[in-house]
Amino acid sequence: MLTSKRLILAHFWLAFAAFAGALLLGEWQMFIRSPLHAWISNPEWYYRSVTGHGTAMAYVLPTLVAMGFGYFITEAALKRPLIGRAWAWVGFGLAVVGTITAVIPVALGAASVLYTFYPPLVGNPFYYIGVVLVVVGSWIWVALMSVNLYRWKKDNPGAAVPLAMFANVAGSYLWAWTSVGAAIELLFQILPVALGLRTTIDAGLARVFFSWTLHAIVYFWLMPTYIAYYTIVPRAIGGRLYSDSMGRLSFILFLVVAMPIGVHHLFMDPQVGGGFKFLHSVFTALVALPTLLTVFTICASVEIAARLRGGRGALGWIRALPWRNPMMLAIAFSFVMLGFGGAGGLINMSYQLDAVIHNTQWITGHFHLIFGGAIVIMYFAIAYDVWPHLTGRALECHGLIRAQLWTWFIGMMVLTFPWHWVGILGMPRRMAYYDYTDPALAPQANWVIMSVIGGAILVLSGILFLAVLIRGHRAPQIDPGPYRFSVAVHQPRRVPVALNSYGLWLSLMVGLTLVNYGFPILHLLTTPGTDVPAITVGAQK
Amino acid sequence: MSIEPLFTFRNRWFTTSVAVTAGLFLVAALAGFLWLPSLQSNRGQAAEGAGGIWGEICSAAGVFRPGPAKSVTKPDFRGTQVALTPTLLKGADAASVGRGATLALQCSMCHGARGLSEADSPNLAGQHPLVIYKQLQDFKSGARSSAVMEPLVAKLTDQDMRDLAAFYAYLPRAPWNIPTDAPPPRIVISGAPVRGIAPCGACHGTLSMKPGAAWLDGQSPVYIRAQLVAFAAGTRHNDIGQQMRNIARVMTAAEIDEAARYYAGAQQ
Ligand code: HEC
Ligand code: HEC
Ligand code: HEM
Ligand SMILES: [Cu+2]
Repeated sequence: MLTSKRLILAHFWLAFAAFAGALLLGEWQMFIRSPLHAWISNPEWYYRSVTGHGTAMAYVLPTLVAMGFGYFITEAALKRPLIGRAWAWVGFGLAVVGTITAVIPVALGAASVLYTFYPPLVGNPFYYIGVVLVVVGSWIWVALMSVNLYRWKKDNPGAAVPLAMFANVAGSYLWAWTSVGAAIELLFQILPVALGLRTTIDAGLARVFFSWTLHAIVYFWLMPTYIAYYTIVPRAIGGRLYSDSMGRLSFILFLVVAMPIGVHHLFMDPQVGGGFKFLHSVFTALVALPTLLTVFTICASVEIAARLRGGRGALGWIRALPWRNPMMLAIAFSFVMLGFGGAGGLINMSYQLDAVIHNTQWITGHFHLIFGGAIVIMYFAIAYDVWPHLTGRALECHGLIRAQLWTWFIGMMVLTFPWHWVGILGMPRRMAYYDYTDPALAPQANWVIMSVIGGAILVLSGILFLAVLIRGHRAPQIDPGPYRFSVAVHQPRRVPVALNSYGLWLSLMVGLTLVNYGFPILHLLTTPGTDVPAITVGAQK
Repeated sequence: MSIEPLFTFRNRWFTTSVAVTAGLFLVAALAGFLWLPSLQSNRGQAAEGAGGIWGEICSAAGVFRPGPAKSVTKPDFRGTQVALTPTLLKGADAASVGRGATLALQCSMCHGARGLSEADSPNLAGQHPLVIYKQLQDFKSGARSSAVMEPLVAKLTDQDMRDLAAFYAYLPRAPWNIPTDAPPPRIVISGAPVRGIAPCGACHGTLSMKPGAAWLDGQSPVYIRAQLVAFAAGTRHNDIGQQMRNIARVMTAAEIDEAARYYAGAQQ
């Protein structure tokens, strides 16, 4: 029932092209600021690269994967053609134009402001306009997801929305609301300065708006991964989903509690009061709940698969798992990285401990492990799983796929473990140059070299990934049959209306955002004297 | 095929989720705005300013309150009054350069007819206009002290300073022969990150240019050295946010010397 294959493939390929370029930049950054390379003598090159790497990895890759996968789910789960395909192409076009518009000023060194925008630094307006275009393209996707579900519900009154689609639309709503923060920051604060209409900017307020986006965007990156956990993995390894309702509950919880917690990125910022920091901490603690639910449900589902394959004993069933199955490897690696990353996250969210690792390389280590590791490895797994259905050709090179997953896992561990450690030793993030001859830094040198090696393994893995996909376009044609999502142990026919719709949860999401963010924003807006002069990148020569 | 209503008190999902969310919010808010602040309260000691329970709530909410007046230490000198913005010097034209040239007749005996000094007064030719303008304002306000310059700027108006800035910026810069036999000194190209010194070149032009930072190329080594020593001692204190004082204070004498000689180039 897939009728929009070209649309979906276009999204995936734009995502992976951006990923491939950014991967090389990442390794270049790691290398030139390691003891293996002499100082490049110009920090500007470094920040240009970090801006490109961060923008491609954090905005372009996940947004396009979520969009492409979203269109795929709409057709495969609802079992009918996508409504509004022309609009979807418009959204894709905006993403392409936006990516190009943003990349040019970055490449020219006119917008080395980093992907978090970093006001009062202000760069070339086209960089921000490009980012806005990508976001607007993704809003078209949000609208299409909503329309498609609405029409399906009209035609199937009272029926349970398939879990994959339920989660997909939840993710799109989360994105719609969380992107509003950065959109306000860009449109009303940064662009007026970049266009020369204003010369000052309230950097503190800008950071509050960005934090509105910054936490829940992480859950938006995570959505495709969690959807794969619930709706692909159990089927791919020959098991069943332990509980469909648990899945719905997790996605609902993400919707409600991922938003009102972004101030945990501002623990060290003076412009937000301690009371609000505490409030956001409490809800931050809650956001672990859906992840714990997920880990429990997926482990149970995996155990079901093992027992169906004849696994026995309290732990002996683990040996019965299909370890040569790429999906099995991917989920195992993803969980290990999620576990370590989650443990690190507990440290970040603790106000006092955060003071120790704030703005150190611990943070970059942490989010590479979670995002680059646990999340992205499932993007690979998704691509492998859907590719035959999109190309009508078999992905036969299972050995290559396994090698790719193994190298990504090992590379990521070798990259990020030393990275965490040098962070604890005090190495700051976002610095272009470290003087390893200084006795204070000398002990960090070898750890940084280990990270360079980890990065090289990742580059190799990235090449393998592209090779597998490209070979997939050339393989012999097959009929992959209809796409199937996982079936639950008790596959629901009907579910309570609360677990089949979003109105209640969206109200709670918006309500909590307003009470948790309303006062700090209004207060900064109405307090005079909070603006500072903007610093224009590359203005004075 | 009836679809049960959701937004009603008879739906358990509705009542439970709203009650749990509201309850959590209330408990967290009470703890964050009342209980925790009361544990670190300075209610007892500070009658002025703290403002009791309401003061604590406001403080937890992030409302800025000025501290008790007596606790503010004022510096015993005057800082700069100039805020550098991209539009500060917008609108300078050819007429401005012409007026500046006339005004500059008073300056040429020390700074040279073409802005290149024979003595150890700083070169002004080709200097960024923001720098000239800001330094003149600072001499006038007393933020930067100089027995020589202060009386000279006393009668300059704001427009005069803009004109002088436009004129000197328009003159060609000093020929600067970069010493090619050796790479630039570390302090210029790498700074000293462990001591918090960014590379001089990141602000002064070798790598990139930051607003308010001067071109140093071809400047007299005696002048550069004197300014760095003055920043370190705090006798020059007109730099916004202590940008240069923080750097100069932690520089070694050898680094000051290296930087001065490098920027002086062939002149030295
Ligand atoms: C009697 C000599 C003398 C005359 C005349 C003179 N200057 Fe100066 N000027 C100096 C000296 C010496 C300094 C360095 C002051 C210090 O050591 O802080 C200086 C510093 C400056 C600076 C700061 C340069 C920098 O890079 O920070 C500016 C700008 C300047 N003069 C502009 C002028 C202008 C405009 C006039 C004419 C209205 C003028 N000067 C007349 C001697 C003179
Ligand atoms: C963060 C940017 C920055 C860095 C890094 C920096 N400076 Fe500066 N420097 C400034 C600014 C801004 C001023 C102007 C201060 C003022 O407003 O009077 C200045 C002024 C100076 C002056 C006085 C120039 C004049 O004509 O009045 C000298 C000399 C100087 N810096 C030398 C250095 C040296 C040497 C280094 C490297 C060790 C260095 N600076 C690093 C920003 C910087
Ligand atoms: C070869 C693998 C990779 C290497 C060696 C690498 C290296 C780096 C380095 C050195 C930085 C800059 C850190 C700093 O300046 O403090 C960085 C930043 C970043 N990386 Fe990677 N990276 C890799 C892969 C990835 C992946 C797969 C993702 C996500 C999908 C990712 C996302 C990011 C983001 C979002 C930033 C933040 C940029 C910023 O601080 O502004 N990276 N990376
Ligand atoms: Cu967060």
